[in-house]
Amino acid sequence: MTAPTAEIEEQPNDWASVRGGVGDRIFSGLALAAGLTIMAALAGVFIFLAIKGATGFSKSSDVYGPHAESFLGYVFPLLVGTFTASIIALIIAVPLAFGIALVISHYAPRWVATPVAYVIDLLAAVPSVVYGLWGAFYLAKKLVPMHEWLHEHLGFIPLFGEPNVSGRSPLTAGIVLAIMILPIITAISREVFSRTPRLHEEAALALGATRWEMIRMTVFPYARSGMVSAVMLGLGRALGETMAVTMVLSVGFDMSWNVLATASPTSIAANIALKYKERSADLLNVLVATGLVLFLLTFLVNFAARWIIGRSERRMAR
Amino acid sequence: MAKSIDVSDVNIYYSDFLAVEGVNMTIRAGAVTAFIGPSGCGKSTFLRSLNRMHEVIPGARVEGKIVVDGQDLYDASVDPVAVRRQVGMVFQRPNPFPTMSIADNVVAGLKLNSGRMSKSETDDVVEKSLRGANLWNEVKDRLNKPGMGLSGGQQQRLCIARAIAVEPQILLMDEPCSALDPISTSAIEDLIHQLKNDYTIVIVTHNMQQAARVSDETGFFNLKATGEPGHLVEFNPTKKMFANPDDPATEAYISGRFG
Repeated sequence: MTAPTAEIEEQPNDWASVRGGVGDRIFSGLALAAGLTIMAALAGVFIFLAIKGATGFSKSSDVYGPHAESFLGYVFPLLVGTFTASIIALIIAVPLAFGIALVISHYAPRWVATPVAYVIDLLAAVPSVVYGLWGAFYLAKKLVPMHEWLHEHLGFIPLFGEPNVSGRSPLTAGIVLAIMILPIITAISREVFSRTPRLHEEAALALGATRWEMIRMTVFPYARSGMVSAVMLGLGRALGETMAVTMVLSVGFDMSWNVLATASPTSIAANIALKYKERSADLLNVLVATGLVLFLLTFLVNFAARWIIGRSERRMAR
Repeated sequence: MAKSIDVSDVNIYYSDFLAVEGVNMTIRAGAVTAFIGPSGCGKSTFLRSLNRMHEVIPGARVEGKIVVDGQDLYDASVDPVAVRRQVGMVFQRPNPFPTMSIADNVVAGLKLNSGRMSKSETDDVVEKSLRGANLWNEVKDRLNKPGMGLSGGQQQRLCIARAIAVEPQILLMDEPCSALDPISTSAIEDLIHQLKNDYTIVIVTHNMQQAARVSDETGFFNLKATGEPGHLVEFNPTKKMFANPDDPATEAYISGRFG
């Protein structure tokens, strides 16, 4: 069959997009720009830290003094301090946050869940200075008996050495940090928990699963990736927190694993905040270099966590 | 193993809304009972009350008696979790657990009941259940692959395998074929015929031919009027229901003259 040429020529017009996809193109451009901005910002931070900090790795030994002689000797206690406080914070906050999130999403009736969720979100709005003040002047004293108890009963573990009489130890700093990172971990995990498809939950319940079994069979597998994101964001906040740690911890430069000790190394971020005012040009370079180390380590931890989660998902998708 | 169900004066609520009113029936052991009726008439709601899945929805509750094997399912001393282990359920849309392999899906319910099982025991149950669901030959070479990789009809048979792996007394099916193509539907219908030797089967369907093909007895649910609760209009052997129903409303619905 041969159709008249005129009709064939008209046909493509009928099928072409009427609006020409202008809106689509604008939106895709905006989304791309937003994505690139983030990459550029990240690269910018990295380049700044690298350029400004490059010389900080190899200053003369008096710059690192009085407690250290090389950059490694300077930054290592700070790294230990940073990670001790952050890990204590995660150990305390993560189970608590997942528990609260589950209560809100799956256990409590709505009239309880809504106010609880609201209060938890409010915790995130409290400035970190306030947590610092509270931790240093109130909580630290209250925790002295706990320090003594830990030393007395678990003193054989090197972590629980000679306790601090003021309570201003890495443990206290970790506890304050835990309260600070609780809201973000709770909020995100609550959100992913409540997104579990009802179909999967009912499948588990219909097999005779209790509520907890149902959560283990359907909610956790479904939410796993989101739970890791939540923990990573919490960890990021704990690693970068300055004020609370600065105020709570009584700072020293003696490397020790004792989380109850008095003069413990502070965290990288808190150290920068402390030293920034009294800086010499040389010390500033060193501080930026410590910042670079923190930046890279945070990156590494994040990648590692993503890789672990991705690996188990890839295994399932085979 | 198969048990009958005696239902008397059951009212089903969503909070204050009465969804289904005054249901009385006896569901025969070792037979297939089908529920038909228009959308929103409460047949799925009623089905879900038979294994206490209805109350999973906040505010939902059931009044009346549903007696299986001399035990009222809604007695205060009865644990809904125990009820669901005795009364299995297959849903409208296939819902295998997405993070589990085919084999893990089959034994998921069993692991809840009996805790640890040896490898050979597990393998036996997987094969027996998958054979029972007519799926064994199609999946025996890929038991460790994810259940989500199967076709819709295969997924639904996997869900049936999962339900019968725990050897329930009763199997409830909520429109099990409505998301499936005719070939898969026919596979599931054949399966229902085989399963009724061992289980009491209750099936909700929108497809009247399906009810006529698979069931021994049929219940017709309808709304009294818009906004009124659903109720059981007629409950009779399927042959009588489709040839010579007692109620004119049933005849109107079955013959397509509804309204």
